[in-house]
Amino acid sequence: MDYLIPIIFYGFAAMILISAAVVVFSKKIIYAAFALLFTFFGVAGFYVLLNADFLAITQIMIYIGGILVLIIFGVMLTTKITGVDIKEGVTSKIQKGFALLAITIIGITLLILYSNVKWVTKEFPEIKSTIIPIGNVLLTDYILAFEVASVLLLIAIVGAALIARRK
Amino acid sequence: MFQSVSLEYFLILAAVLFSIGSIGVLTRRNAIIIFMSIELMLNSVNLTLVSFASFLGDSAGMIFVFFVMAVAASEAAVGLAIVLALFRQKQTVNVDEVNIMKW
Repeated sequence: MDYLIPIIFYGFAAMILISAAVVVFSKKIIYAAFALLFTFFGVAGFYVLLNADFLAITQIMIYIGGILVLIIFGVMLTTKITGVDIKEGVTSKIQKGFALLAITIIGITLLILYSNVKWVTKEFPEIKSTIIPIGNVLLTDYILAFEVASVLLLIAIVGAALIARRK
Repeated sequence: MFQSVSLEYFLILAAVLFSIGSIGVLTRRNAIIIFMSIELMLNSVNLTLVSFASFLGDSAGMIFVFFVMAVAASEAAVGLAIVLALFRQKQTVNVDEVNIMKW
């Protein structure tokens, strides 16, 4: 079965990169929102491939079930007719050129860094569920961060309801 | 198991995804597209963290991903609320036309 892993890797990689390109370059905003769905699914697939089962489920529940639905609501509430072309402001060619240049430099630096550094890796452990270690660490070592995250989510709920409310 | 696909492949994929997301943030002017691009960038960082976590056999990286997801969820909720409030007031989601805090 070992020969299947590269095939799965390249399949998911192609899916993620193509749909991410559609998100960024699509002229119709609803297409971008649906392409984002495939990107999130691809990333969840990578989590499964990386032996992070619980995170894959969390990715599907939070990103696809929560954030993507919110974004699609946002799309439908802010465009008059779905599928209408996005009116882009006049971004000057110079701005765009500088943005692309900066990103190319960042990307090439990251690629060179990632392919030249000798990373320390361990022998891959046997596949078992990660739920128990995550739960143990989350409620012992990271309990303060956990509580702070819950307060943050509460504030975000209150703030979002307050801002989006009709006056 | 992972002799066939090494850590570098995952890292390079995440770097390419991050670059695509930052192209979206810097060149598009629609607020919702910018949101989606930010989500792409957060996802690529999560992918990097998970690959390090599982190649090192340490679950601390996965904990970090949880907190990134919590922050991303609250960011999306508050950000889209701001976009809706803005659209109600100015009938636009173009970030270049948003200058109501300027005087």
